[in-house]
Amino acid sequence: MGLDIRWPIGIIFTIYGAVLLGYGAVADAAIFQEKSLGVNIDVWWGLAMLVFGLFMGALAFRASRRSES
Amino acid sequence: MHPHTVDYAIIAIYFVFVLGIGFALRGRMKTSEDFFLSGRSIPGWITGLAFMSANLGALEVMGHCANAAKYGMYVNHFYWLAAMPAMCFVGVFMMPFYYGSKVRSVPEFLRKRYDEKTRTLNALCFAFMALLVSGVDLYAMAILFQRLLNWPFWASVVASAVVVAIYIYLGGLTSSIYNEVLQFFLIVFGFLPLAILGLKAVGGFAGLKASLPNPGYAHTWANIWHAADNPMGVNWVATIFGLGFVLSFGYWCTDFLVVQRGLAAKDMASAQRTPLIAAVPKMFFPLMVILPGLVAIAYSPVRNLLWDPAKSAYNYNQALPTMLGSLYPSGLLGLGLTALMASFMSGMAGNVTAFNTVWTFDIYQTHINPGKEDHHYLAMGRVATIFAVVVGIGTAFIVLYFNNLMDYLQLLFAFFNAPLFGTFLLGMFWKRTSAHSGFWGLLCGILAAAAHYTLYHFHYIHYPSDMAANFYQAIWAFAVCFSVTVVVTFFTEPRKEEELVGLVYSLTPKPKTSHLPWYERPSVWAIGILALCAVLNIIFW
Repeated sequence: MGLDIRWPIGIIFTIYGAVLLGYGAVADAAIFQEKSLGVNIDVWWGLAMLVFGLFMGALAFRASRRSES
Repeated sequence: MHPHTVDYAIIAIYFVFVLGIGFALRGRMKTSEDFFLSGRSIPGWITGLAFMSANLGALEVMGHCANAAKYGMYVNHFYWLAAMPAMCFVGVFMMPFYYGSKVRSVPEFLRKRYDEKTRTLNALCFAFMALLVSGVDLYAMAILFQRLLNWPFWASVVASAVVVAIYIYLGGLTSSIYNEVLQFFLIVFGFLPLAILGLKAVGGFAGLKASLPNPGYAHTWANIWHAADNPMGVNWVATIFGLGFVLSFGYWCTDFLVVQRGLAAKDMASAQRTPLIAAVPKMFFPLMVILPGLVAIAYSPVRNLLWDPAKSAYNYNQALPTMLGSLYPSGLLGLGLTALMASFMSGMAGNVTAFNTVWTFDIYQTHINPGKEDHHYLAMGRVATIFAVVVGIGTAFIVLYFNNLMDYLQLLFAFFNAPLFGTFLLGMFWKRTSAHSGFWGLLCGILAAAAHYTLYHFHYIHYPSDMAANFYQAIWAFAVCFSVTVVVTFFTEPRKEEELVGLVYSLTPKPKTSHLPWYERPSVWAIGILALCAVLNIIFW
């Protein structure tokens, strides 16, 4: 059996979401003033990716449970 | 553009992750068939995305961004006039044919429908085109390196080539289909913020319209009637026939890299739905690729960086990297760079491998040195890979002469895909088409493209833009291929009908969809997609 594609998608976006969220939370606010027009895009986009990653992971988990039973 | 530790960490995470998947799956799944066999539980929308991820590389993102910066919203036609109807056509008419006839590749179809020489001609063209396209990926990666590390262009190209060679050597392709689906999501997450931030930078859509260099940049259809009115310099005949018919149908119907994803579906109905599902997100891609290009040319801090004083012209290819550098803070910048690099690398690796396969099996083994041991051909394959990477370095310098790499890519399509589409169309829908006619039609079509390009290049014929020349070149190549094939057919023997079962549409059994509920019927999907697409065309008229 191969690997359900939703696992790698879920894992990498969970990691990336967490990294961006964490970095955005501690980063100097000046970089967001200088670049992204004052929006802390790292925190918001990190959050979006984290939610997406966890959702994909959950789908993969549900599918793997179902195929076992 | 000044990446920090966090950006490099994000890039590193990706490569460790991808090589890890490749390693874990080594020897277990190599083809798209394996991929789909693993996932009978995988819903149709993921197979649809896999279908599209073969088409959406970073070249598309960077190329159409450059294209939009150069020609404005007219570029929407590449999506709403070209891709949408072609994808619906593939889903409704071509998929049943491909699926039912068990045709699995372009050379296979050409050999069975026409003859060996038609296949060889196509193989030669394909190998040549793969080398030229791999240069585009290398070029794109090099200008990214150039931006990041401030190296000269030639050093960046060589460095990129070395990185790609290592990637291929480490088996970066063993898990290629996983990579492509992953990359699809990376590209979406990596570039969607660019559209959002870009729109904010210019003060919304109204602000964007007001700051575009030319009011014609803000319209898709309004200036199509006369070539002089729109920035691309093409009229409605060239746009609708050249782009909307020849180039787009040629690409979507004959590009088997894309079609094979659909063929691996579990049944006919899901095979047909695959391109139709893919068409839905594809319809909204202009938001992600064309909008940032428009912002790049409207927003003065970015536009000023695109100006190349040495050539006193804009370097549109830099539109996307410059937008990233100007609007992305550290963190997000790493994500954007990862999406670009991952995609260029696998794009280049894919082209090199395609070249290697066609050269070794369709040309070398068939014509030059048949009947050797397997390891002889494996060794030949390795030599071909190195050869392709080295030639790729050379072709990267050709791209340097084009300020918009989409001009270059469409030129290649107009050379090879446009005539091939004529050969396919006749072979598939007209059973009288004779075995010899395919070769002569294809050859004359390519020569017509070459003649047209020569005349344009040396200024014997004039067009307002390179893209306009590409559209007309595609029309000529297709028309010549089509007419020569028809004429030669009447002077040569037809083939027996029983040999053509499964190769010609009218002689191939077609599936019934009447047992499906209406919302699962491909034709209903296609009508819905075209209707939605029409609405988008009207909104952005």
